[in-house]
Amino acid sequence: MPKVTVDGLEIEVPQGATVLQACEMAGKEIPRFCYHERLSIAGNCRMCLVEVAPGPPKPQASCALPATEGQIIRTDTLMVKKAREGVMEFLLINHPLDCPICDQGGECDLQDQSVAFGRGASRFEENKRAVTEKYMGPLVKTVMTRCIQCTRCVRFAQEVAGIEEVGAIGRGENLQITTYLEHAMQSELSGNVVDLCPVGALTSKPYAFEARPWELKKTPSIDVMDAVGTNIRLDSRGRAVFRALPRINDDVNEEWASDKTRHAVDGLTHRRLDKPYIRKDAKLVAASWAEAFDAIKAHWTGEAAVVAGDQVDCETMFAARELAGASTLEGRQTGLAYDTSSLSAVNFNTTIAGIENADVILLVGSDLRREAPLVNTRIQKAMRKCGAKVFAIGPVTNLTYQVEWLGDDLSALTKLPKLLSDALKSAERPAIIVGGGALRYEGVHGAALALANKYKLVRYGWNGFNVLHFAAARMGGLMLGFAHDGGIKALAAKKPKLAFFLGADEADYGLFAESFKVYVGHHGDNGAHHADVILPGAAYSEKSGTYVNLEGRVQRGERAVFPPGDAREDWAIFRALSDVLGKRLPFDSLDALRAEMAKAVPALGVEGLADYGWSEPSLPSDVTGKIVDYPIKDFYLTNAICRASETMQKCSAELVHCTQFLEAAE
Amino acid sequence: MADSAAIPNEAETSSKWGSFAFAPEYKAKADMYIGRYPAGRQQSAVMALLDLAQRQVGEETQTQGWLPVPVIEYVSGYLGMPYMRTYEVATFYTMYNLAPVGRYHVQVCGTTPCMLRGSDDIIAACKSRGLLKGATTPDGMFTLTEVECMGNCASAPMVQINDDNYEDLDHSSMTAILKGLAEGKQPKVGTQLPGRHTVEPYGGATTLHAMVDKNHDYRGEY
Repeated sequence: MPKVTVDGLEIEVPQGATVLQACEMAGKEIPRFCYHERLSIAGNCRMCLVEVAPGPPKPQASCALPATEGQIIRTDTLMVKKAREGVMEFLLINHPLDCPICDQGGECDLQDQSVAFGRGASRFEENKRAVTEKYMGPLVKTVMTRCIQCTRCVRFAQEVAGIEEVGAIGRGENLQITTYLEHAMQSELSGNVVDLCPVGALTSKPYAFEARPWELKKTPSIDVMDAVGTNIRLDSRGRAVFRALPRINDDVNEEWASDKTRHAVDGLTHRRLDKPYIRKDAKLVAASWAEAFDAIKAHWTGEAAVVAGDQVDCETMFAARELAGASTLEGRQTGLAYDTSSLSAVNFNTTIAGIENADVILLVGSDLRREAPLVNTRIQKAMRKCGAKVFAIGPVTNLTYQVEWLGDDLSALTKLPKLLSDALKSAERPAIIVGGGALRYEGVHGAALALANKYKLVRYGWNGFNVLHFAAARMGGLMLGFAHDGGIKALAAKKPKLAFFLGADEADYGLFAESFKVYVGHHGDNGAHHADVILPGAAYSEKSGTYVNLEGRVQRGERAVFPPGDAREDWAIFRALSDVLGKRLPFDSLDALRAEMAKAVPALGVEGLADYGWSEPSLPSDVTGKIVDYPIKDFYLTNAICRASETMQKCSAELVHCTQFLEAAE
Repeated sequence: MADSAAIPNEAETSSKWGSFAFAPEYKAKADMYIGRYPAGRQQSAVMALLDLAQRQVGEETQTQGWLPVPVIEYVSGYLGMPYMRTYEVATFYTMYNLAPVGRYHVQVCGTTPCMLRGSDDIIAACKSRGLLKGATTPDGMFTLTEVECMGNCASAPMVQINDDNYEDLDHSSMTAILKGLAEGKQPKVGTQLPGRHTVEPYGGATTLHAMVDKNHDYRGEY
């Protein structure tokens, strides 16, 4: 642990820390553009210059200089001040003075730092250089004249997103950041370069010219596009959510968010259900709440089936369960019917942050890149950090890193190829990830558990057995008992008189042909088309909700805006309906509901990782057949909100279906 | 760069060069260069391979050669590199031509020493033969580029034409060289001054007189 002195303050810094980190630990602010905590060090912006003794008598770039014993660092001398002013003046030589029309304005590092560390005037009298715009895809807008060549986006693409498509071409004054031949970035994480860009060169295309950061209300929330539970911040103005940005949470999403998380928010204002509907003569007719409730009452027998969709919060599921009874619940709407007697056997036990310490990883029928992009980046990190080897059973797909494909035959799970069994035997922290899609096949769950047992994937201080879900509501639903023996088919076979569908748009409604179907949800999608009564609910941005992510982490998001029109928060709908049905639910506020829920399932009352223990159900482990495909065919259109989003439709058309869009003539 | 030629359109290029592959003699050389680096580090040979590819393209088109995108991609594939990384290298170095050039690529040095010694005359000589900066002559014979220092300041002004340097030029010798090349002759390479061989002091030594004929130990005379 080297001891260094920063501006007269002696501090001890960890081995391997840089001078910049040492200064930060001493509470000094060091301006920087190219340096980023989660990316490799480039050292090309020169903004972080400080004076270091012993060393050459000139300012040194602190981001790339290791802190060593006895260093005397000064950040407040005239030399440092002049050096910063000089660098800033150079950076601004070619930077246009277009802050008033720049979307980065108000949250721009260059703007802030030139105010704090700049000279206030330029001595440059020549013409500024101009750079042509580059095409980077449907989500990233470029104004490359503003670029200061920090190369954060290049490093992000290479190191985190795993695509080597972004680079710097040319040199010197002609250096330009671009994607390869200006093709769209083929990444599920491309939106993150917008956050990384310290200037306005890369900005969000759907959000262009929409709002200024200071006029937006910021609400902490939890993302529901996949089961990762990305911590997000919803920026809203009036009744509309303008953008979703990631919050930093090192256990879940670090500081990244997938493109779906960021850009599906425009779907929140399209195709919304804003008043109750009743089906009359095969046609949905707008009605009042009272009429809708009366229609439901006519089919009420004291019990009902409940099918929960992929994006429902725990409060909604709990309220529905309290009303409808606990024996006819199902959340796995696509028909999965795996055993849920032990929650630990269907959980991502290694944890998202933990998987980056694994040294051998076996993927079973999981297209991680589309199912959980942020878990995929962790595996990429594991490969870089511990040299992890990744094996996969399933159809070959591009996961952005080197994978040893073992074929799509499931028998590889029971008769392991020697390559894999040798690797598992010698591994210290081996892990298996069973994709939600692989659980479709009989015996896969049991075979994976048997494999975990045989190769001791669960050992002291390490649990390497993981099931990867991709619905935000899944783990919460399982904790609340939304799993019927035999799955949704068995539930439908009971022929319930009345069935509630909580935002369930992927379910097969044909199964419930004889039931009276009540759809409680927010978008006019598949579920609403089949419903007999529609009760308009709130989307994730419009209610405070508890969500459990794929590793069993209980997280809470807050309400950013109000639901449109007559729509209400879902739990309140069930509370009001319970009055009409004569089975009054015992809570009148969200807090009371949460207290009840915590009584029923204590883990849901505490934010943080739920402890499921570790127990293995004994399941049949005979597997045959092949993994035919992965469940997510189109990453950008997996749920009702995405399907209503113009941005996501465009992404899907362009990046998945390779449609070419002609640029409008300007 | 501002005065660089336009890259031909994508469809045309890919239909012409899409099936590019190293000819046997180039392949042998490429493998030799790759062999110079440890296993797993074959990407270090990227510059040599791009040069080889450019030469092969030059041979096939009877020009000095250039690097169409499919050729860059072929080299990337040959080395197992992402396309972007190779493309970055190809765009960084002026040695690689990203647009077609003529039979002779005339690179006139215009940096300070050459400029003081008369590189403006050299450019004028080129211009009077119909060469324009960044353009190829209509007969496909010459492409003119102004470049920065090529390290021949002692025999300035100079031009580099394909792999050869022509030094100590003036308007008339430059005109003669261009004329010779156009007629298919090989002008004298190197310095154009009569009696000068390389970059030795012209007109006899001005210092170290004692070393003109034989070795001399100056150390005692400091």
